[in-house]
Formats: sequence, C-alpha cells, structure tokens
Amino acid sequence: MIVSNLEVVPGKRTIKHFGLVQGSSVRAKHVGRDFMAGLKNIFGGELKGYTELLQESREEAYNRMLEQAKATGANAVLNVRFSTSSIAAGAAELFAYGTAVTLE
Amino acid sequence: MYDLIIFIVLLALGYGFGRYAESKHYKSIIKREKELNKIPAVATRIPPIRRQDLNSQLVAGNVVISIDYFKRFIAGLRNIFGGRVTSYETLLDRARREAILRMKEEAEKLNAELVFNIKLETSSIHKGRGNSIGSVEVLAYGTALYPS
Repeated sequence: MIVSNLEVVPGKRTIKHFGLVQGSSVRAKHVGRDFMAGLKNIFGGELKGYTELLQESREEAYNRMLEQAKATGANAVLNVRFSTSSIAAGAAELFAYGTAVTLE
Repeated sequence: MYDLIIFIVLLALGYGFGRYAESKHYKSIIKREKELNKIPAVATRIPPIRRQDLNSQLVAGNVVISIDYFKRFIAGLRNIFGGRVTSYETLLDRARREAILRMKEEAEKLNAELVFNIKLETSSIHKGRGNSIGSVEVLAYGTALYPS
C-alpha cells in the first residue's frame, strides 16, 4: 500500500479512482497526564504525554483510513491530509483523509 | 497576601525554568538541523519528473509544547498594549522546527533523498486560564522519496 500526500506517484500511473477515504478518532486525555501538563504550564517545555497521545490517535485515524481503502480494493492512497479539531474541553478529534486509487 | 507570594514564586519559577528549557531546546534544534540539512524538505507539490525510480512514503512528526507561566503573563500584558507577542512567536517557532526535525528523522530512517509537499498544521490543544493559549501542537507531514 503506497500512502503519499503528493497527487502523483513518480514512475507510476493512476489507472482507477475510488474517491475519498477517511478515518477519524476522538481521544480524551486522562487525569495523570492532565496534572503533568498543568505543571508544565508553569515551567514550559514539551508535553511528552500529549505528544504521544496525539500521535497514537492520529495513527488510529490513519489506520482506519487505510482499512477503508483496502475494503474498496485500492492499492494506494494519495493526497493524504490530516486535520485536528478540539471538539470539547479535553477531547480532540484527529482526522485523516485521502483519495483511494489503483496504481499500475 | 499569600496569593501574591504564590504568584511571584510562579513567575520566578516560570522565568528561570522557562528560559533554561528554551535555550536548551534551541541548542538541540540548531544542532540537529545541521545534521539533517542533507535531506531537503520542500513544499513543492509536483515531484521531479526526471527521477522516476524513487519510492514514496508518508512521513510525519508532531510535538506538543507548552509556554511557561512568566511568558504567559507577559503575553497577557501585551493584550493591553498591543504589538508583537514575542513569547508566543518563539513558542511557535520552536514547535514548528521541532516537528519538521522529527519528520526528517523519520525520513532519514528510510534513507530518503528529500521530502516533498510539506504541510504544517498548528492547533492549540490546551487552553490556560482566561482562554489564553497554554500549549500548541504542530504536525508536520510530507512525502519522503527514497531510492529502492
């Protein structure tokens, strides 16, 4: 499975389009991490817990997108985009979408 | 009275640790940027036509970074007078450069020659008191082209 955020893949021709595939995941942070984040808000610096949390949930959204692409029978997802939105205090939605295609 | 003491202690802690963390972070960013300069990251959408032998793979890097108490206070003052909020400028600068570096580190593992179509996305994920920005997340992603 080729996944890329370019519109074309070098050396390969797109022979079939399957349209948009997408995956999302909503995650909330837990209390321990929130406490540490509160401390870091005084001292400044990287919030490692949040970095990991967002990375994990982004991966989940990405995998859901890939599953959907596989279900349609595509062998590549092009023009992938990520987007983040905070939907409530303490919860964020991670969203990944792209175009499922078949490459020769 | 106690409130004032706590406030001053927090300001001092924020100032001390915040400055230390920032200068340490900048040193590490500059050092790693020199090492990773061999992998150019460009925002062009069209890959080179002459190189048809490269494989492509999505790479990404993210970071969540928080501002310290002192800088947030200064930024609050800026809201009254207006003007450049340098404390947030450095925060975002650090976050973007760090995210790009992490993306390049992932590309380096693939032995990539260059990273195409870089997209940067910024979102504030943790609001402090009074709706001021507490921490920002920056995600950098792009397509790494590597020889097969």
